[in-house]
Amino acid sequence: MNPQTISTPQAADAGTASAIPIPNPLCEQPDFSVPAEMVAVLDELITHYPRKRSASLMLLHAVEERYGYVSRQAVEWIAARLELAPINVYELVTFYPMFHRQPTGRFHLRICRTLSCALRDSYKIHDHFCRKLGLDPHGHGAQTSKDGMFTVEFVECLASCGTAPVIQCNDTFHEEVTLEKADKILEGCK
Amino acid sequence: MSTNAKIETPPTPAPVEKIKVKVDGREVEVPKTMPDGVTGKPVPTTMIQACHAIKVEVPHYCYHPRLPVAGNCRMCLVEFGTPAMGPDRKPILNPDGTAKILKSPRPAIACATPISPGMEIYTNTPNVRFMREGILEFLLINHPLDCPICDQAGECKLQEYSVDHGQTSSRFAEIKVHKPKRVDLGPRIILDDERCILCTRCIRFTRDVVGDDALGIVNRGSYNTITAYPGKPFDNNYSLNTVDLCPVGALTSKDFRFQMRVWFLKETKSLCTSCGTGCNVVVGSREDRMFRYKPRENDSVNATWMCDHGRLNYRWIHNPERLVQVTVRNGAAATVSDWKSAMPQLAARLKSAAPGTVAVIGSARQTTEELFLLAKLARHFQAVTDSVPRTGPADHLLLNADRNPNSTGAVFTGLAATPMGSNLGKIAEGIRSGRIKTLIVFGEDVTRHGIGADLLARLDLLVASDILPNATTKLAHFVLPGCAHVEKRGTFVNVKGHVQKFMKAIEPKGDARAEVEFLKELLPTVTGWTAPRSLEGLFNQMAGEIPALQGVTWAALGDTGVRVQI
Amino acid sequence: MPQEYRQILKYADAPGYTPDVECYLRHGGYQILKKTLEIEPKALPDGKSMSPAEQVRDQVKLSGLRGRGGAGFSCGLKWSFVDRRSGKPIYLICNADESEPGTFKDKQIIHKDPHQLVEGMIISCFANDVHLAYIYIRGEFAEGARILNRALQEAREKNFLGKNILGKGYDLEIHVHRGAGAYICGEETGLIESLEGKRAYPRIKPPYFPAVLGLYMCPTIVNNVETLCAVKHVVDLGPSEYAKIGTPNNTGTRIVSLSGLVKRPGYYEVEVGKVTIRELIYDPIFGGGLRDGRQLKAVIPGGSSSKILKAGERFKLKRKGPDGKDVEQELDMLDLPYDFDSLIAAGSMSGSGAIIVLDDSTDIVAALSNLSEFYAHESCGQCTPCREGSLWMSKALHRMANGQGRKGDADYLLKIADNIPGGRTVCAFGEACSWPVQSCVTKFKDEFVARGTQDEERRAAGSK
Repeated sequence: MNPQTISTPQAADAGTASAIPIPNPLCEQPDFSVPAEMVAVLDELITHYPRKRSASLMLLHAVEERYGYVSRQAVEWIAARLELAPINVYELVTFYPMFHRQPTGRFHLRICRTLSCALRDSYKIHDHFCRKLGLDPHGHGAQTSKDGMFTVEFVECLASCGTAPVIQCNDTFHEEVTLEKADKILEGCK
Repeated sequence: MSTNAKIETPPTPAPVEKIKVKVDGREVEVPKTMPDGVTGKPVPTTMIQACHAIKVEVPHYCYHPRLPVAGNCRMCLVEFGTPAMGPDRKPILNPDGTAKILKSPRPAIACATPISPGMEIYTNTPNVRFMREGILEFLLINHPLDCPICDQAGECKLQEYSVDHGQTSSRFAEIKVHKPKRVDLGPRIILDDERCILCTRCIRFTRDVVGDDALGIVNRGSYNTITAYPGKPFDNNYSLNTVDLCPVGALTSKDFRFQMRVWFLKETKSLCTSCGTGCNVVVGSREDRMFRYKPRENDSVNATWMCDHGRLNYRWIHNPERLVQVTVRNGAAATVSDWKSAMPQLAARLKSAAPGTVAVIGSARQTTEELFLLAKLARHFQAVTDSVPRTGPADHLLLNADRNPNSTGAVFTGLAATPMGSNLGKIAEGIRSGRIKTLIVFGEDVTRHGIGADLLARLDLLVASDILPNATTKLAHFVLPGCAHVEKRGTFVNVKGHVQKFMKAIEPKGDARAEVEFLKELLPTVTGWTAPRSLEGLFNQMAGEIPALQGVTWAALGDTGVRVQI
Repeated sequence: MPQEYRQILKYADAPGYTPDVECYLRHGGYQILKKTLEIEPKALPDGKSMSPAEQVRDQVKLSGLRGRGGAGFSCGLKWSFVDRRSGKPIYLICNADESEPGTFKDKQIIHKDPHQLVEGMIISCFANDVHLAYIYIRGEFAEGARILNRALQEAREKNFLGKNILGKGYDLEIHVHRGAGAYICGEETGLIESLEGKRAYPRIKPPYFPAVLGLYMCPTIVNNVETLCAVKHVVDLGPSEYAKIGTPNNTGTRIVSLSGLVKRPGYYEVEVGKVTIRELIYDPIFGGGLRDGRQLKAVIPGGSSSKILKAGERFKLKRKGPDGKDVEQELDMLDLPYDFDSLIAAGSMSGSGAIIVLDDSTDIVAALSNLSEFYAHESCGQCTPCREGSLWMSKALHRMANGQGRKGDADYLLKIADNIPGGRTVCAFGEACSWPVQSCVTKFKDEFVARGTQDEERRAAGSK
């Protein structure tokens, strides 16, 4: 027997019986694919930068806008497109609140939570939306209604403090929102 | 191999302009630039380096001399001042003629702030101490404080700095942030994110030193969490260095986890034996049991790193099968003997061997001193000699394709053929033809290298020294139990000609003895030549006889060795 | 009579004014760019000559223009730090992240007069030998990004952008880059990291001063939207005429974002220092006063990060008298001229020009808790004091706001807040998250102590 056999020796593995796998908050999206015309648009975006990595946020936006969230498959697709390690993209998805790891609804209601809106009752508006859509007004982060139509999310300052309270429904801003206006916004979401 | 022996001195750096600064009132002169820890390019000398130059410790977590500077822990904040300049760009002087110092209203991180001429650095003012206290309090508020079961306890910078710079109590009255614990980060590492202080040393090491962008931070703010990508375990050949780098107990080695409290470990300077690089290591042992290797800094060999492959390759030392008895075999019967009775028998048998009928195979895993003594023996018999080459895939950092730790030593002592292993066939042939009747084998199982059991059975005398039993020791007439490197002292010469010594960490098992010891006993009787008594003397004698080692002395080897030309 | 001075927003709200290039051209658009590109090298008395770009830089320096993003740093000085000898490209980034709570001025420009920004940017890029520039716009401004992209496309078609602009041999490309909901991207080095496709961790300075080691480790200028628009007006009017607007060392106009509990919240462009906080809050053409029956409680004068000013606070300010000598004057907080220097002298700042008004109906504990939650959410988490301190303060304030206060919580909060700012953190977020706490708790300490005492007494009674 050769005493110093060289093959990477196995670690002793002491006390690791209760170890958990690397946490994975990313959703699976087995049918993830990017249509050719979208690939062309994204590839053009990449040319805006001297270094491909810079296009990360723009690609993530494109994916989030198209699919409503960023799945594991999407992270890996973007990483490959930009010649990055998947962790580089994964780090971004968890840092920037505009990217979601869970599917979001067709209508994404972002209610401003910060002071100027809070002074003008944005908490009541948030509460109102949650109750109307059967969501927990005290829940953390983005919450999506059971039918998958609506996502309600408290967000930080939307830079429209002069017309507080404001909400953003998808890309559209709604200003000086009252409970009545809130109901109209929901009705308009069809 | 060069015959013109010459000790290589490290390349003299180009003269760098020096500047004078004061650290806590003491003047120190330091180079204006120093080599970057990663790229080696000259970069402006920083405050922490200036402090280091006069041994003023500035506490730090994220800073590491071998990693890119991150500046995120804020533990190394110091106060400083610079000479006040008049409108004529000349320093304003105090009435006593000294330069007037303008103290900066804001502190600076010593790890990233370059020094400038006349700068004064204050590392111990009330404000600096207050800032350190504050940082430590912040680092501890969400920390689990599970020191009793933490492997890092005893070598934890959170513990050490808390004693040196912390407060006796925390004001924190809120609920802690909880994060993943016992995360199976990779095949050799467990991560406790609650203990992590987010210094990012591990991320920077694997990204910037290894080139494997494997780790990152997810989430934001106080919820920041170190992780690898889900489903992509942290598994490169240098991963365990992150455990050493981790200033707290967040990254733990599966191999060492829960094995031993570190304060019980005796630390011995040694070398890794898994390849020709010869990484400098510290052996951690307790009561003659070895628990771990940790890399030891040596700029001309391994910086402060070692590979996982070498680090974990130590378990054979405590293999229960270890050879621990001297065995003498007559015909089929092997009997347990002891050194006192076996050695004279062996000497007598060897003495009767005729020149030209002996072959000696040493191992390039043996120390240079052992190989030197074996070569002496071989020369007496005009023996054919060789050792066994051993190769494997190399990597881009430290792991060398030559998997013997002392191939260069085997060449220097003349024991290895050129190329190494090219005499093994001749020896086999010699045995087959009956010309070779005596074979002395150290540290190799020759049955795996072309000298099969059938050939060994033809020998009049087979002497084998080894650490673990194998097919060769099984057939040997004399089995002489030897020592693992951690059980003895000696030198290796690495692939680049770096001559390095290693020290004894633990006692050998049973009757096993350092090979040098019994070879020294054998030589006078067999050859008439007596080796110096001490290992130091033996090394110096050897250095005098081997051209490549001319001028090298044991004492000169120091802790980090000497480079010779090969 | 206080009044608006509309320079940047001159046309923005004019009836029929649209954000397309034709409308902009009808209103004299891109004339200043033409004028800039036609500047001839100027011979200096010492025989050297000053390039057109240098001349523009000189004008900006002489105009006294200060950055409108938050720090109020001299724009000319910032440009002068740019390493022009590195041989590397120089980048310019327009900071359109507009993320300081209370601020909504850049949005007006982007939505209503995008070409003004584009023209200002082109001039600034020309002045700094920039050939590739970015507009970093906050992610939520998806519509703003579309408007800007359209404007850039129109500018390209008219050859205000692209190769050989207007035949004058200058090349420039500008792209829009969208952020994704991170306040810290407003910090210029965080913004640069984000533009490089990374987490927006602000860089340590030294060594990473953007002017030397910015985007892709190249010299980089980051300027706010409003600042870049102002550059156009500096070049238009010339530095000395521009400097006549506003007050000395506080030149030009500022768009003030007024929000909170006033009758007429909104944006008002005024000459810097010519209008007081009182006028901005109470004058009928600005805030129009508080809601009926309400008294002023406090003012957050320069975005949520600025130190709060309590109603009735008085400050001693040194001001230049008519004879040019410094005169010390004691002013009520409301009578502070709304400029850079007066607010700094009052221990706060005008920051991004955002005033948030709190009246006596405001629960100061809840208001501070709201802001603290913002900072805890937005801390990037890179450096220790900010990462741990911001969440700690937020948790304590949340506890207080929810009836679990302690008498000692005021001092407790101050001690946490004192350990964060003053250069302990990588970037100014450390100050941004601790200043509101330090100022609110100090100035309204009685309310914080009373709240804690009440809670303690109630709990004690309940446990009996």
